[in-house]
Amino acid sequence: MKRILLTLLTLTLVLSTTFATGQGETETVKIGAILAVTGGASFLGAPEAKTIEMLAEQINADGGINGRPIELIIKDSAANPEKAISFAKQLIEEDKVIAIIGPSTSGETMQIKDLCESYKTPLVSCAAAEAIVKPVASYVFKTPQKDSYVAELIFQTMNSMGITKIGVVAANTGFGNAGKGQLEKYAPQYGIEIALAETYDRAATDLTAVLTKIKAEDVQAVVNWSIVPAQAIVPKNMKQLGMDVPLFQSHGFGNIQYVIAAGEAAEGIIFPAGRLLVANELPDSDPQKATLVAYKNAYESMYNEPASTFGGHAYDALSIIVEAAKKADSLSREDLRNAIEDLTGFPGTGGVFNFTKDDHNGLGMDSLAILTVKNGAFALY
Amino acid sequence: MTSEQILQYIFSGITVGSIYALVAIGYNIIYNTTGIINLAQGEFVMLGGMIAFSLSQIMSLVPAVVLAVLITGAVGSLIEIVIIRRMKKSSVLGMIVVTIGISIIIREIALFIWDEQIRALRFFTGNEISSIDVFGARISPQVLWIVGVTALIVIALYLFFRFTLTGQAMRACSSNTRAAKLCGIRTSQMVNLSFMLAAGIGALGGCLVSPLTQTHYAMGSELAIKGFIVAILGGLGNPMAAVAAGLLLGLIESFSISFLPMVYKDVISILILLVILVLKPSGLFGSRQTSSLKDF
Repeated sequence: MKRILLTLLTLTLVLSTTFATGQGETETVKIGAILAVTGGASFLGAPEAKTIEMLAEQINADGGINGRPIELIIKDSAANPEKAISFAKQLIEEDKVIAIIGPSTSGETMQIKDLCESYKTPLVSCAAAEAIVKPVASYVFKTPQKDSYVAELIFQTMNSMGITKIGVVAANTGFGNAGKGQLEKYAPQYGIEIALAETYDRAATDLTAVLTKIKAEDVQAVVNWSIVPAQAIVPKNMKQLGMDVPLFQSHGFGNIQYVIAAGEAAEGIIFPAGRLLVANELPDSDPQKATLVAYKNAYESMYNEPASTFGGHAYDALSIIVEAAKKADSLSREDLRNAIEDLTGFPGTGGVFNFTKDDHNGLGMDSLAILTVKNGAFALY
Repeated sequence: MTSEQILQYIFSGITVGSIYALVAIGYNIIYNTTGIINLAQGEFVMLGGMIAFSLSQIMSLVPAVVLAVLITGAVGSLIEIVIIRRMKKSSVLGMIVVTIGISIIIREIALFIWDEQIRALRFFTGNEISSIDVFGARISPQVLWIVGVTALIVIALYLFFRFTLTGQAMRACSSNTRAAKLCGIRTSQMVNLSFMLAAGIGALGGCLVSPLTQTHYAMGSELAIKGFIVAILGGLGNPMAAVAAGLLLGLIESFSISFLPMVYKDVISILILLVILVLKPSGLFGSRQTSSLKDF
């Protein structure tokens, strides 16, 4: 019995190595993706999946990675961390992908961070939280700008406007609470007093009561940090209460639907975001302009919906992997990791990426621009 | 707290409370004729807002809202004919579970038709930035629409159930279905009418609040829970009590925000519900005798 088993085992080993070497030269390069295409975070995952599907087609039409076409394997996690873990194992062990794109949310990414590290598989996350790359894990990267940059940029803008006393409202979600934490952490450095910081339910429908409370504090500005529909309710409620102080929002406001929903009340909202939303307004000298305009036009003509910064994060993740793979010594996961870390001056949709050993985000504060809403459209502030 | 601020919290409470009340009225209408608690009531509100939004792209506001109410009413009637009517043999509890299933189906269909983005109907008067000064407090003109139409709905319902033959027949179905049948009332028709009415009123509510709260495919479940709390608080089966309880809950929430962090808002409202149910299990305005005759 033992002998039969042993023979079988040898046979499988021999066969699998033959197939593996056969794959090496002629087969496609597999890249995995774990995205929240459905479920509560579908506004992130759906454009991300659409974006990389479109981009993979373009890359293959242009000759793939040094002549070898790429094959995307997209898994829908529905923003569920347990699913993300099992998909990550499946992609690494069964599909033998060279790298994984995603997940869409910070919670999921944190769950599979150690997994990718121990399997030595490069992970390029599309989620925002700073904890993903701090402390640095050698195989884990991320493409969206850090939320601490957003908080600091908001405060810099306030300093230039002479604002010293503010009120903060944030949604009671991972994104909202992390943002509120960053605001509270950086406010003293910029000499800004947070008179009141409140969190509201993700499904909040009316915020006049909490804004009345903030109004009573005589604040000079309000900051709202969320990605939920309340982003359009806060400006409307402020106008109804006759609050004329400026409203700052987080980069989560970079979705034109919220501007449409808030209508007149959205005018003059100030928020930091990637340059994708104002791609056509940028000067031609901008290093990102070509990438941004190309992505925006391709996405909008293919899917007939406005491009969002979220889809851009996945665009960056895939193009970084492909660019690094072209430069890598081999297509082993380790060489790919080294090549990503060596990537500098690479223009993406989120900014110009300069990865180093200690910085696996690779974006500086200049990757964000201060935007505002003018005549129902995004504009540079 | 200045008097302007107190007034402002009162208006905020009334706005939120009217939204709760509009959902709770729908619960009560269906409960009255069938004994079912229809947990898909929040989805009717969502459907009303969504349909009106889509129609308002091609027509003016008034016909869009009227059509949205009629279409949603038809949806309610269809649900009764296709699903509820065939479930006659199941228990009331079974039926309630069925309504949860219906709510999930409606939500998924809405996601398919309208995607996951939010929509906001035009303001009925003024726009997003208009604000009316009432004794120093500021409110949106839409709030007046919400409060005014809610009041009209309540009065109309009261007159309908009290003085029209159909309304009385619906009440008869609720107190004793078999006796109502023996009197020659076509109970199945009355049940169908109650679903149509509840869906229509929900949809009208959805149109009214959409400019302020916006409409999202998944908004129904949250509204259903709050509306349910209000319906229980007022005493099931009494639409008038639901309005009073809705306003009360809205005011309590709004004033709790004034001195506590907003995160405790729901804790306080649930706490109050528990206290009231312990002290008065039939609800604030419900009578003990009536409630002892019902399944719930």
